[in-house]
Amino acid sequence: MKKIFFLSLLLFAFGFGNAQSERYLKTMEAKVAAIDTTYNPAGLVELANTFERIGDAEKTQWLPYYYAALAHVNSGLMQMNGGSVDAAKTDPIADKAEAALNKAAALTPDNAEVQILRKMIANLRMMGDPMNRFMTYGQQGAQALAKAKTLNPDNPRIYMLEAQDKFYTPEQFGGSKAEAKTLFETAMQKFASFKPESSLHPQWGKRTVQYFIAQAK
Amino acid sequence: MKLLLSLLLLSCSLWSQAQKAVSGTVKDSRGKVLPGVSITLKDTYDGATADSLGRFSFNTTEGGKQVLIASMMGYKSLELPLDLQATLSPLNLALKEDITEMKAVVISAGSFEAGDRKKGTVLTSIDIATTASGNADITGALKTLPGAQQVGESEGLFVRGGTAAETKTFIDGTLVNNFFFSSVPNVAQRSRFSPFIFKGTVFSTGGYSALYGQALSSALILESIDLPEQASANLGISMIGFSGGYQSLAKNKKSSFGGNYSYSDLRPAFSLIKQQQDFFQTPLFHNADFNFRIKTSHTGILKYYGYFNWSRLGFTTPSLDTLGYNDLFRLKNINTYHNLSWRESLGRGWKLQTGISFTYNRDTARSGLASEKQEEVLVKGMEFRNLGWNNRSEYFNAKLVLEKKLKGLSALRFGSELNQVDEQPLFTLYDGTRFSGKIRDNITAVFSEADVYLTNNLAAKVGGRLEHSSLMERTNLAPRVSVAYKVGSNGQASLAYGQFYQNPETRYLNGPTTLNFMRATHYIAQYQKVANDRTLRLELFQKDYDNLVKTSLQNNREMANSNKGFGYARGFEAFWRDKRTVKNLDYWVSYSYLDTERDFLNYPTAIQPSFAAKHTASVVVKRFVTQWKTGFNAAYNFNSPRPFFFIAPNGNGGNKFLDRGETPPYHNLSFSLNYLPALGKGGAKQSTVLVLSVSNILGLHQEYGRRYSFNGQRFEAILPPAKRFVFIGAFISFGVDRSQDVINSNL
Repeated sequence: MKKIFFLSLLLFAFGFGNAQSERYLKTMEAKVAAIDTTYNPAGLVELANTFERIGDAEKTQWLPYYYAALAHVNSGLMQMNGGSVDAAKTDPIADKAEAALNKAAALTPDNAEVQILRKMIANLRMMGDPMNRFMTYGQQGAQALAKAKTLNPDNPRIYMLEAQDKFYTPEQFGGSKAEAKTLFETAMQKFASFKPESSLHPQWGKRTVQYFIAQAK
Repeated sequence: MKLLLSLLLLSCSLWSQAQKAVSGTVKDSRGKVLPGVSITLKDTYDGATADSLGRFSFNTTEGGKQVLIASMMGYKSLELPLDLQATLSPLNLALKEDITEMKAVVISAGSFEAGDRKKGTVLTSIDIATTASGNADITGALKTLPGAQQVGESEGLFVRGGTAAETKTFIDGTLVNNFFFSSVPNVAQRSRFSPFIFKGTVFSTGGYSALYGQALSSALILESIDLPEQASANLGISMIGFSGGYQSLAKNKKSSFGGNYSYSDLRPAFSLIKQQQDFFQTPLFHNADFNFRIKTSHTGILKYYGYFNWSRLGFTTPSLDTLGYNDLFRLKNINTYHNLSWRESLGRGWKLQTGISFTYNRDTARSGLASEKQEEVLVKGMEFRNLGWNNRSEYFNAKLVLEKKLKGLSALRFGSELNQVDEQPLFTLYDGTRFSGKIRDNITAVFSEADVYLTNNLAAKVGGRLEHSSLMERTNLAPRVSVAYKVGSNGQASLAYGQFYQNPETRYLNGPTTLNFMRATHYIAQYQKVANDRTLRLELFQKDYDNLVKTSLQNNREMANSNKGFGYARGFEAFWRDKRTVKNLDYWVSYSYLDTERDFLNYPTAIQPSFAAKHTASVVVKRFVTQWKTGFNAAYNFNSPRPFFFIAPNGNGGNKFLDRGETPPYHNLSFSLNYLPALGKGGAKQSTVLVLSVSNILGLHQEYGRRYSFNGQRFEAILPPAKRFVFIGAFISFGVDRSQDVINSNL
């Protein structure tokens, strides 16, 4: 009887645990897909909050925090208006993104994806006051990308971000549409061979690259 | 047993099936709805985000006792126990605001901050260097801000009716004693240090913190740069000389060292641009500086900056005392300045900032009558005009500040400061008689200050400073208070009050009269609004002076005889900066109204001093045209007439005016241009900047007052050394694209 009891308890616990994980997969799948289709800041904030809830509940998964940071950054970048943003609005967003990303980084040290997001946060901060912040955040972003490259030189998003930098920087300041195009093509090749660890791992960016390649033609 | 188990399992699954709705609204403590708040059932996936009306609702399959968390950046998180078994009515949540740096008011009465990321910044370091009328001199740019006068005949910042000696400069916390090159009669000198070496500037025109003392009017607080971004080398050549430097950076980015040398000779420039003075020794400078910076921990940094300068010049001007003769002036200066500072977080909210600085300065100078051939001569009855002096001075300053972070943004700061003065002037008269003075003074101070943030909207800074001068054997206690209150979303109003003490200038300290500290009391009211790249500042002030030094002539020497001088200054100032209205154009306008009178030194009564104009205004415009790779900067400065006068003894032991008048109004339009030919060669490891700058481009007549003959019977207008000055230079840097910096330095 005792045996049965423990067995049932074990089954129960296992079943429960399994259900959790199934739930994690299912919820995450839906929300990760939503990141690609949400184009308004309020929606992204809601998504970010959802991811943070999942992260806080799971405690050991870095992906929810990673996506929370990504959603925050994207909501900040959406505030962009003519190449710059209002720092008073976007700095708090960057702070939130960074807080979430730090939680992800604590769970997965030395992850190229985390470094790539660091670069995006640096970009967001820089756009708050490009003239004065270029020296600090330009450098910070470049360092994060360099680190990402040493961690995983095959990550296509590294080249995508490099290409975007080249694309948007005025030629007078070292930008180049031609160099951008080459980098976008490199990113495309990397995407072709890039295998995410799981369906939940980051795989975004391909459509952006396709868009820019079409633009460059 | 089986039954029990299955019941248990059943109930479990029943729980998880049951959906329960949770809903409500979130507001702040004043009842304003808060959109975007994240609502979470602790440790579950369930929750929602408040919509634009602060409403939220979600369904949960959880049961039993849970904790609901409402959180948002800038607010304190709220935790609410929730029993999901019970019936739930809509929740009304109220979040309390957190006191954060982003939102909190900044105590800003009286001060202009120039930094890179600080809030309340009015000018950045880049702005300081690209101001057309500033000639890449820190104080030149600050003169376009309200509060500072456009005095052209002597160096220094004359702030709100104060003398230049009433403004003190601090680098990394410690006092700087010879911030400007040694004085030359009727020619304003530049400040010694390049704007390049500073990352932050606070120009306080009154009401400043108890951490700073010995300045009646104004404090210029400079913070030197930390580690450079990259190693680099630079070369410069211009019509006044050449320069070169190297800055290294360790691979681990934890330490750096570097040095610069520059040689300037104004002979070629002066042969092209005619000067008022007739130079027999054109100004010549050797300048070297060294630095190292070491990160002592994640939060700490040790910094050293050392400066060496050797300069000489000599000129004559037609004498007003005896026709056909010249007045001669010759000066040789050696100056060295060393600053070592350390800042570190000590943990548990404690921070340490400490530094020492040492200055050695020697002026070897002669003035007197000279022949037409510029050779010194003794003229009968005028022999006393020929005088030489050799002033050696050493200064040692040390400061230690401890800071303890309290709740929220509140903080407590306290510490101590030592300013040691050792001056040894030696005068030689025409007949070889020498007299020397010796002044040694230890000014010791302790201070304490608290920042109190009551809410994000209301903050106060309360402090006090206790000072003792060993030479005067006097002690003073100076209270300082300022309060800032947020008005609307981007505006704030501030009030400041403070007492400020300063020793009389050392030249008055070796007389027979025992002197006391001079005192100024400041009252300031300010309104500031910063939004969307536009800044508006309005300031009202009143400043009362007591215990100013009065002097009288004793044996042909001006000696202090009492502390009975007094005065006042009151006025209104406005500042407007706009980077937004016209694309790619950045401009600022400042205006100061000043009503001031004082009775000090040898003044017969209280009068408006010669260094104060009623109205002062500046307009500064900057534009970078990317296609042309060129930046254009212009500045216009104006002041209304300034008084001038000649004071002579009246025969009854007092003084009288022999002559009084006013200068014409002053107008100056300056222009500068920076061309970056290498711009666009992306990733270039070398960059060049060509600089052209012209002062008084319209060639307007400018007058700074009058200089008089010894007896006051003859006089002449004081004019700028040259009607128009043109500067051309080229600067190349290697290793790192510093084009942005170099444009900004202009020199």
